[in-house]
Amino acid sequence: MKNSHFWRKTKSALASAASFVCALLVIAPLALVFLHLLRSGASAVNWSFFTELPKPVGVAGGGMVNAIAGSFELLGLAALVGVPVGVFGGVYLAEYGTVRGNWLLRFVADVLNGVPSIIWGVVVYGLVVLRFKSFSAYAGGLALGFIMIPLIMRTTEEVLLLVPAGYREASLALGISRWKTIVHIVMKTALKGIVTAILLALARVAGETAPLLFTAFGNRFWNHDLSEPIAALPLQIFSYAISPYDDWHRQAWAGALVLVVTIFFVNILVRFLTRERVARVL
Amino acid sequence: MESAAIIDPPMITPVSLPQQQVASGSEPADVAPERPPAFAVERLSIFYGEKKAIEDVTLTIPSKMITAIIGPSGCGKSTLLRSLNRMHELAPNTRIEGKVLFAGDDIYAPEVDPVVIRRRIGMVFQKSNPFPTMSIAENVLVGLKLNGVRDRAFLRERLEQSLRMAALWDEVKNDLHKPGISLSGGQQQRLCIARAIAVEPEVLLMDEPASALDPIATAKIEELIHELSANYTVVIVTHNMQQAGRCSDYTAFLYLGRLIEFASTTKIFTNPSERQTEDYITGRFG
Repeated sequence: MKNSHFWRKTKSALASAASFVCALLVIAPLALVFLHLLRSGASAVNWSFFTELPKPVGVAGGGMVNAIAGSFELLGLAALVGVPVGVFGGVYLAEYGTVRGNWLLRFVADVLNGVPSIIWGVVVYGLVVLRFKSFSAYAGGLALGFIMIPLIMRTTEEVLLLVPAGYREASLALGISRWKTIVHIVMKTALKGIVTAILLALARVAGETAPLLFTAFGNRFWNHDLSEPIAALPLQIFSYAISPYDDWHRQAWAGALVLVVTIFFVNILVRFLTRERVARVL
Repeated sequence: MESAAIIDPPMITPVSLPQQQVASGSEPADVAPERPPAFAVERLSIFYGEKKAIEDVTLTIPSKMITAIIGPSGCGKSTLLRSLNRMHELAPNTRIEGKVLFAGDDIYAPEVDPVVIRRRIGMVFQKSNPFPTMSIAENVLVGLKLNGVRDRAFLRERLEQSLRMAALWDEVKNDLHKPGISLSGGQQQRLCIARAIAVEPEVLLMDEPASALDPIATAKIEELIHELSANYTVVIVTHNMQQAGRCSDYTAFLYLGRLIEFASTTKIFTNPSERQTEDYITGRFG
């Protein structure tokens, strides 16, 4: 009797220890990456990094202002594609779809979520770049937007389904039409969740490099025309990192640090929003 | 395709609302001494898929009176109530046979828009459900605002009037901007009643409106229902027989989807014609 009790406690302790180690393994990479980035990149993150264009090889200094701006432009274009299609796709799934149609749509969205991002680059290369015979910001934004659609769609569906059916019934029973019920009652109740879905999708595509190689292409100068190639932070990091120059390597580290810190803060913001939303719905 | 029936044209023109107000406003004028019934349910059967929830029910629900629907759990009383403003259609695969006439018109006629029906026939649910994103005032006025009413003076007036009718005004008049869900359970339910009457329906359907409330809040709701019956036709589903006895004029007893007996509440509770009614009333089953 006593013996089996001892065994049970030992097994329990072992299981706890194993899960603790695994949890540590999840957290450790983030901490290590972050520390390494800080050590290698922090010295190159300075005022001119955010305000100056890249300098030619051999000239010291310079920054990535064009890439930072380019990333924001690309994210804006991506949001124009990904947000409406994703959000209203999610509305369809949660509010309108039939059981069988939804099964198919969810399946397709999940497959699309798993498609390697470089495929989207190739697809848009074929659809846009070849047709207009130019790499462009539009093409880059479209590729990122495609990646956002299934992400936003599935999350939007989930947060809409969290809205209790009683609110829909109450609204419909007031003689409010189905569409107005969805927009003014259901979506409004789930607004924070939808914003969260959008932010997470933006954070996810902000770091994408592969789909931009074939589409936005990169640019060492300011771009004032969205139908021309445009710089993006991940692209700039990529091209600086594979270069043979120490100065550029430092800048690549700095760019990576800026990117990771930005995404980190977006995620913290999302945490904050979700906590509020859950408190509100429940 | 139930969904086809519920998907409405996205926009309702504000024009439809004044029309409806005229209709309800002029209603007392053409009430004959012998009032026409609010609802005439004729041989109604309701199916959820293959399952028959209501079978061959015929009854007339009098206007400006309180009619209670009682019966054991699962007897179809909620389904019958919800069929009166087509809310049961929100469940998938519903089908009806027979007719529901409201003020003489078949509400299931193909050209009838359920949205319009529901504006004339309001509903209060078992679980109070004020919209969590809205203040007390916004909750009361949401039905009007989303149907295009913009006149601020009118909205203001309707806000006070609805809250007064729901016996809530004195408790919330200084907190109108506070969230609706900050109120207590009983207050929330009265807020839902205020929200339902703000759009000036002709009928209020109530699905066990007090079953989640404590006895004091229940008493307030019952008193309120009694007062509302001066202006509205009220149909209330309850599994609480004392409640039906206390606050209704007529009572319908349903059992296994069939209407067993429909008569004045006094008769049902003192001298029922049917054996099953008597057994249920006296607590022998259900």
